[in-house]
Amino acid sequence: MVVRTSSTRDQIRVVSAKKGLKATVAEIYSRRELLVFMVKKELSTKYRNSTMGFAWSMLNPAFMLAVWYFVFSYVMRNGIPDFVVYLMGGLVAWNFFAVSLQSASSAVIENAGLVNKVSFPREILALAKVGQAMVFFVLQLIVLALTMLIIQFTPNFSQLYLLVPAMIDMIVFTSALCILASALNVFYRDIQHFLEVLLFGWFFGAPIVYSFTGNLVSGLSRYHVLIFYLSDPMAVIVMTFDRVLYGKANVINNGTVVHVLPNYSTDWFLAVLGAVFLGSMLLLLIALKVFSKLEVNFAEEL
Amino acid sequence: MISVSIEGVSKRFRLPDQRFNSLKERVMHFGKVPYHEFWALKDIDLEIQEGTTTGLLGRNGSGKSTLLKCIAGILQPTNGQIVVKGRLASMLELGSGFHPDLSGRDNVYLNASLLGFTKKDIDIRFDSIVEFAELSEFIDSQVKHYSSGMYARLGFAVAVNVDPDILLVDEVLAVGDEAFQNKCMDRIKQFQAEGRTIILVTHGTDQVRQVCDYAAVLSKGNLVYKGDSLESIRSYRDILVNDANSEEAAHVAASTETTADTADKIPEDSEHSRLDLGNGKSSSALERYVEVTSVTFRNKMGEKINSIPSGESLSVEFGYNSKNINEDLFSVFSIYTVRGETVYQNYLRDELYSILALGEKGTIKFDIEQLPLLDGTFKVSLGLYDSQNRCVFLRDSLDSFSVTNPTKNTGFVNIIVKPVVEIDS
Repeated sequence: MVVRTSSTRDQIRVVSAKKGLKATVAEIYSRRELLVFMVKKELSTKYRNSTMGFAWSMLNPAFMLAVWYFVFSYVMRNGIPDFVVYLMGGLVAWNFFAVSLQSASSAVIENAGLVNKVSFPREILALAKVGQAMVFFVLQLIVLALTMLIIQFTPNFSQLYLLVPAMIDMIVFTSALCILASALNVFYRDIQHFLEVLLFGWFFGAPIVYSFTGNLVSGLSRYHVLIFYLSDPMAVIVMTFDRVLYGKANVINNGTVVHVLPNYSTDWFLAVLGAVFLGSMLLLLIALKVFSKLEVNFAEEL
Repeated sequence: MISVSIEGVSKRFRLPDQRFNSLKERVMHFGKVPYHEFWALKDIDLEIQEGTTTGLLGRNGSGKSTLLKCIAGILQPTNGQIVVKGRLASMLELGSGFHPDLSGRDNVYLNASLLGFTKKDIDIRFDSIVEFAELSEFIDSQVKHYSSGMYARLGFAVAVNVDPDILLVDEVLAVGDEAFQNKCMDRIKQFQAEGRTIILVTHGTDQVRQVCDYAAVLSKGNLVYKGDSLESIRSYRDILVNDANSEEAAHVAASTETTADTADKIPEDSEHSRLDLGNGKSSSALERYVEVTSVTFRNKMGEKINSIPSGESLSVEFGYNSKNINEDLFSVFSIYTVRGETVYQNYLRDELYSILALGEKGTIKFDIEQLPLLDGTFKVSLGLYDSQNRCVFLRDSLDSFSVTNPTKNTGFVNIIVKPVVEIDS
């Protein structure tokens, strides 16, 4: 019959409008299994009734990659050798960010039925979208690795560890914005449309389809806006990905030296990634706070 | 030990007069959305002891579901707080969170996880959930192919099998076929026997009497009664009657004309024209006049009462003044439910109910031996008709009495049933 687990008997929960940040974080952490279930649900239902099914999750970025590759290698001729690796390195990070944010903005709204009927930390709805994007991110990294094997491209193994802080930054920063967007979008449904436009512009703020060198850097420095360019976490994250995956600052192409990556040192990367981490953590705390504050009125707005 | 402690809880809803969901509209209104405030709960204090079953009674819109949602943590109170001790599972809607494209199995895991249970918990209970829902054949098909009954069964099975200390139930027991309903009731009784706490939202007084130890009655966001479940039913009935009366009063004030909907309460063969909805002052013919001055309910000892246990004798006395009544009249005595269904009405031409003379002052008394009504609040009406079936007087559904039910039987009337089993040898 029913098995009683007495260990949970003494748990005490307080429902009130005033909820501390610590309680929020503890609650989300205690329900991490739910997050896993929600991600599984997202993944297994997203492509359920389409013929190609899960393949779409790879086809979409593959097509995007093909278009950018064609445009910048043959039409615009940016002259970056092995551009496909350079492009993919930045694109995997960017796709993770953009896909998460785009889908998380409507996460609370599309689960209105749940929000009105079941009690659970609603932040999980936004985080599930991040988790889903994480799965695609890993798959795309695998595809990138296979591509490197096929074209016999060697990444910068000596700085591979830089990917760890870059990915942590990427997850924290993305989660913060996703939580914020999912809550705000309940009250201002413009957010999700606004994000489409914003993400399109933002894409060019990070060195994904161009290289962050030469004229660009000197131009930015001359107008003293380099600091703004580098305070975009996505720019820093993409640069780190390129540093690790593409790896070569200067490439000899058809006899001429092409300057592809900035010559920043490992310490510089660690310092900037550290700064991004602090900034992202602060943003995450603000996002959680805002979410808790707005959450009180979700039921009325949905 | 107290399981759930509700401390000064109020909940305010802001209902926007219009929906402004876009930034443009908000900007145009300088960020202010026109809304009116609505307090769904006003300063509720309630303590629920561990191991008891408490019913939340109230009319639609009384705030009972809002309170349950606050306890469940779905809504956060505007003021005050709720302290919940122990694991809580809520059944506000069966199968909420089920995704149509997922299989029954996946949905069980997802749903139980939403209710706050770990994968390990669910693994242990999975088989008993499926068995309880009677869905072992279909557990791996997508729930979109389920019938609504199967859907609800699975939802209920998850909620009751996940071992909550506190179970919140919101009018969901009326799902599935009768056999399954009985199973649900049995499971709830088993929960009670195991000493778990149950909070049940309902407007079915039968349910309260059958399963609840205590009840709280809500009206317009206020807690009007808390305590014994039978007492609470009476309090709930009072609210129903008061509300019905005030609605009726408003109705009378709005129209002094004859209303069609009350006409069907008059015996079929009368061609009366009724000018009066029962305030007891005027009559159809100017010269004839009857006024009821008092309506009294008495038990067999002659004591004035408002509520009477089922099965006892009841007298209904109408005190009256009259003028110029020099003819025989026929009286029509009716008993209605609060909702207006006729429980009893005598035949208009029944000689037993004929009145030979009224005089100027007196009482008309209707004696009921062994009131067979089970429980509820009932309204009485008195109509007086002349030999041409014209209505001389009508006092329609203004006075009510309530019946308490000492038995565990439910329904409108108590029927004496003797079950006999004869075994064929």
